[in-house]
Amino acid sequence: MKLLEYQAKEVLASLGIAIPPGAVARSPDEAAGAFRRLGPVAVKAQVPVGGRGKAGGIKLARSEEEARRAAEQIIGMHIKDFKVPLVYCESALDIAREIYVGFTVDRDARANVLLLSARGGMDIEQVAEESPEAIARLHPNPWRGPLDFELTQLVYDADLGDIARPLIALIKKLYRAIPDCDALTAEINPLVVTKGGEVVAGDAKLEVDDNAMWRRKDLEQKYGAVLEADPYEVEAKKRALTYVSLDGDIGIIGNGAGLCMGTLDLVQRAGGSPANFCDIGGGAKAEVVENALAVILMNPKVKGVLINVFGGITRGDEVAKGVITARDNLNMKVPLVVRLSGTHEEEGREILKEHGIEPGVSGWEAAKKIVELTGAGVSR
Amino acid sequence: MSILLDGETKVIVQGITGREGGFHTEQMQEVGTKVVGGTSPGKGGATHLGVPVFNTVADAVEATGANASGIFVPAPFAADAIMEAAAAGITLIVCITEGIPIQDMIRVKDFLRGYPRARLIGANCPGLITPGQAKIGIIPQRITSPGHVGLVSRSGTLTYEVASALSAAEMGQSTIVGIGGDPVLGLTFSDVVQLFEKDPATTHLVLIGEIGGSDEERAAELLARGSRLKAVAFISGRTAPEGKRMGHAGAIISGNRGTAKSKEEAFRRAGVEVAETTDEIVGMLR
Repeated sequence: MKLLEYQAKEVLASLGIAIPPGAVARSPDEAAGAFRRLGPVAVKAQVPVGGRGKAGGIKLARSEEEARRAAEQIIGMHIKDFKVPLVYCESALDIAREIYVGFTVDRDARANVLLLSARGGMDIEQVAEESPEAIARLHPNPWRGPLDFELTQLVYDADLGDIARPLIALIKKLYRAIPDCDALTAEINPLVVTKGGEVVAGDAKLEVDDNAMWRRKDLEQKYGAVLEADPYEVEAKKRALTYVSLDGDIGIIGNGAGLCMGTLDLVQRAGGSPANFCDIGGGAKAEVVENALAVILMNPKVKGVLINVFGGITRGDEVAKGVITARDNLNMKVPLVVRLSGTHEEEGREILKEHGIEPGVSGWEAAKKIVELTGAGVSR
Repeated sequence: MSILLDGETKVIVQGITGREGGFHTEQMQEVGTKVVGGTSPGKGGATHLGVPVFNTVADAVEATGANASGIFVPAPFAADAIMEAAAAGITLIVCITEGIPIQDMIRVKDFLRGYPRARLIGANCPGLITPGQAKIGIIPQRITSPGHVGLVSRSGTLTYEVASALSAAEMGQSTIVGIGGDPVLGLTFSDVVQLFEKDPATTHLVLIGEIGGSDEERAAELLARGSRLKAVAFISGRTAPEGKRMGHAGAIISGNRGTAKSKEEAFRRAGVEVAETTDEIVGMLR
């Protein structure tokens, strides 16, 4: 779960990190109200992706009217895949310098890595590419966290020894997001050193592990539903499906993440364009198939659906019956191709045929068939 | 011959009295796996599926001499179960459980440094099978057959698909290892490739990777340094968009890292043929 800036800042503040005064606004009136309380503010789009500034999602407001107008322009605009649901109005800081601090999971090292750089306010990926030596790194022991001397080394490695004390204190607080919140990634960029010598989080990113939600119910309740992302993804989440929306027009259901990704690749190779990723997991139970179909058919762009089920232990005839029930219950009108394999696969295919559904023997053939039936692309 | 697991391996099942654990224990027994016991705290002393149940792994190891374990306990308890197995002296730990918090796995990986003989497979994986001899996990034996192809994969069902195609083409498998779909894993592609390299029974190698991370690239670098195995690779997720998790916690492209293209190119540079679809794999291996 990726938190919005204001949510990430709330979490950082709860860990004892200083943040600028700010207020969430869901309407131009609320933004005007925020200006009256805070004075000049930056009005910032709240979306869980980078590049807001370039997209016109951050505007400075020096008057109540400007705050109102900025909110009017920003709320509802689209930044990448997200419609901006609200803005965060935040007081400007008296900036002396900007630093980068964060952590993420270093997959290669199978560890967390703390990152610190004197080059704050820039895209850290770009810094990493152009001058990797400008980023200091520390892999803290995951049981005890970073020790003082390790952090001292980190700070001096980053050429930030002159502000070692406040910086070390801040990094220790930031690190708490790992044991306390199951954070996978946190980033304060820029971390602002004010002219008064304070360190304050200018921007903040935080991603919490979806696998850990069972022990982070507070975070899920507080922040889980705010984001107005894709409506199909929202619906899929309600139905406990693993679903990702894509741009195309062929609905995809597969069992297993790898097989499902592979099915998307096959459809594209056949000249079609997948509308989604939807992994229904092991058993391919009738109820789950129906839920998946229901979500996919909500999308008016969908011209056909391909179901690819490789059943190891799952019985093909049962999957076929489940698919037919789901199709009939949902009164499905668009073409449907079902590829199934597993025990009793022959019976399964017979049942499908009897009910007017095209069975596919291999994933590739099934992909070509659905592309042909939806008239999307060229068959090879 | 095979890698990691054979008919002599003494296996316990952690969570043997659970629904999943029980069902798959029976399947494992059907293959011929030497299941010598199971654990379920509070149920020690009972017999389940014809084998003794113990409260702890240490008790099970002491009584049975088990050297391998399959873990079927729910995610909140799985990290502890892995560490318990390592501490009890188990040298092959296979964790099937899906949804373990990543920070738990990072701590587990650090803990395992203290037990260099313990090898972890998974978590969030289908386990492994040496066809005709033994399996730990959930790979359906029906689609496998004994032979000389080593198969290593991050995906479950895609592995089944390929194993099934290989068996249909009378290309049996030495051992099939599902390393799992999480970002922080036990054995990597490279680890498993090195084991296959040393196994005289394995002559061919199939690697099934997916987007996210750089384990495939590392395995490609290893193979580029010279290999006696005829290898074919397949990568799923060519059409996956950046920044979205595709089902598996580890299947995510971050910026320009972890793409299918990068992995495919790494394999091609290493002289490994890359299949465009899983259907092509059998033909390329011949």
